[in-house]
Amino acid sequence: MISRKDVEHIAELADIGLAPEEVEEFTHQFNLILDYFEILDQLPAEGGWTRTDTEDLNVMREDLVVPSLPQHEAIMNASAREDGFIKAPRVM
Amino acid sequence: MGDPLNAFITACDLPPLKEGRLSGLRIAVKDNISTAGVPTTCGSRILQGYVPPYDAFVVELLRAEGARIVGKTNMDEFGMGNTTENSGFGPTLNPIDPRRVSGGSSGGSGAAVAAGMADLALGSDTGGSIRCPAAFCGIAGHKPTYGRVSRFGLVAYANSLEQIGPLARSVQEIATLLQVLCRHDPRDSTCRNRPFDLVPTGEIRGVKIGIPEEFFGFGVDPRVAAVVYRAIERLEELGAEVIACSMPSMKYALAAYYTTCMSEASSNLARFDGVRYGLPVDHRPSWHEAFREVRKRGFGSEVKRRVMLGTFALSAGYYGRYYAKAQIARDLVREDFAQLFREVDLIAGPTMPTIAFRLGEKSDPLSSYLADILTVPANLAGIPAISIPCGEVEGMPVGLQLMGRHFQDELVVDAAYAYEQARGCER
Repeated sequence: MISRKDVEHIAELADIGLAPEEVEEFTHQFNLILDYFEILDQLPAEGGWTRTDTEDLNVMREDLVVPSLPQHEAIMNASAREDGFIKAPRVM
Repeated sequence: MGDPLNAFITACDLPPLKEGRLSGLRIAVKDNISTAGVPTTCGSRILQGYVPPYDAFVVELLRAEGARIVGKTNMDEFGMGNTTENSGFGPTLNPIDPRRVSGGSSGGSGAAVAAGMADLALGSDTGGSIRCPAAFCGIAGHKPTYGRVSRFGLVAYANSLEQIGPLARSVQEIATLLQVLCRHDPRDSTCRNRPFDLVPTGEIRGVKIGIPEEFFGFGVDPRVAAVVYRAIERLEELGAEVIACSMPSMKYALAAYYTTCMSEASSNLARFDGVRYGLPVDHRPSWHEAFREVRKRGFGSEVKRRVMLGTFALSAGYYGRYYAKAQIARDLVREDFAQLFREVDLIAGPTMPTIAFRLGEKSDPLSSYLADILTVPANLAGIPAISIPCGEVEGMPVGLQLMGRHFQDELVVDAAYAYEQARGCER
């Protein structure tokens, strides 16, 4: 069972703000969805990723310098810019 | 241009760069495929105002072959849904019955082609998002083999599952578009050099078609099943050999799919923070507070649900129970297909369990997810799958789904062409 507190904690981990009524709604819906996912409990814990079509695993190439977007185009969608840089909220 | 169905988010007019196989054709492009200088929202308020500085590879290819891009089509936000009701810009209505949904997530592309507002369209298919609207709107839609079409410029939602592909009114046009789209692109490291090489013949004598019983269970409307069975009989009359078979992993497929796509979404959508693009972030509060606020305003409910459930499925203590198990289930699905394709050349069934839903019918998320059960297996395995119209129930179209071996899109398309030719002659 997922509680309201769990939903609030997950929202925090995911950096998603929720309105109080969304917390209520999601708690109910998450329980229904996770109940459905319980079918996965029937599977063994081992195995997985046993690819049979191995012809195209990890194709490697040499690094290659190619033209990229000019700086002004790369940052043109940023909401705040300063001296050719993107401005972001403070981390500390 | 009037748009009573709300098929487009942005109208545009990108002229062809030169003459080619698509000269004179108007193409609609799903709004999660980047178009230089034309807003690309992914159906999300969080990307309102975003203008890509570059074209997706597929857009370059279309314009170099003579196509004119006429608009960016409506979709469920970031591709998350099967109705377009999760769009931040309102739902796209079904052109056959506007009280019903167009399907999704590429619903705008499906409706635009079905209503004749575009000749052809591009969609993207993560768990059925090309095939579902094709089935609901009565047109053809093909999800190529994973790795056949470059995803460069496609805004990522669940990278390991999604492919760009064509929607059209005829299978011949699907083949023409695949000839243009299947080109190697070093900018997508999963893109293989496998040009699409087919002039449809419609010859299917001796082709073995498997019919897994599970594709007719899982809540499939018996009237839909009956229409699809008749279509399969038609293929048999054309000389195909029909073989009953079974796909036991189907019972895990939906849970495996949703756990995987939600997990990938939680990582991919972390980039929408209001800093580099999209809704402006407030710089006064701290980093996390600011992001939470911009994502609260910008994301719709379904995106919040999937990002949160994906975060949960990947979190310490739950990873083993959800994400890791989903990958085991995904392998079982892949193994089941591999085994079946030793015996048969194609697998057939319905595309969707029902006809197009009424607007508002799928308000509960889980019941909406359950409707994807027949389309997600092809994405989990990365195999090609097409949906073509094969009849009607209550006046609404029903889609026949054909799936094939990796990189055998040609056989899938040719069989669809055979069916379409035979059906066309009957009508």
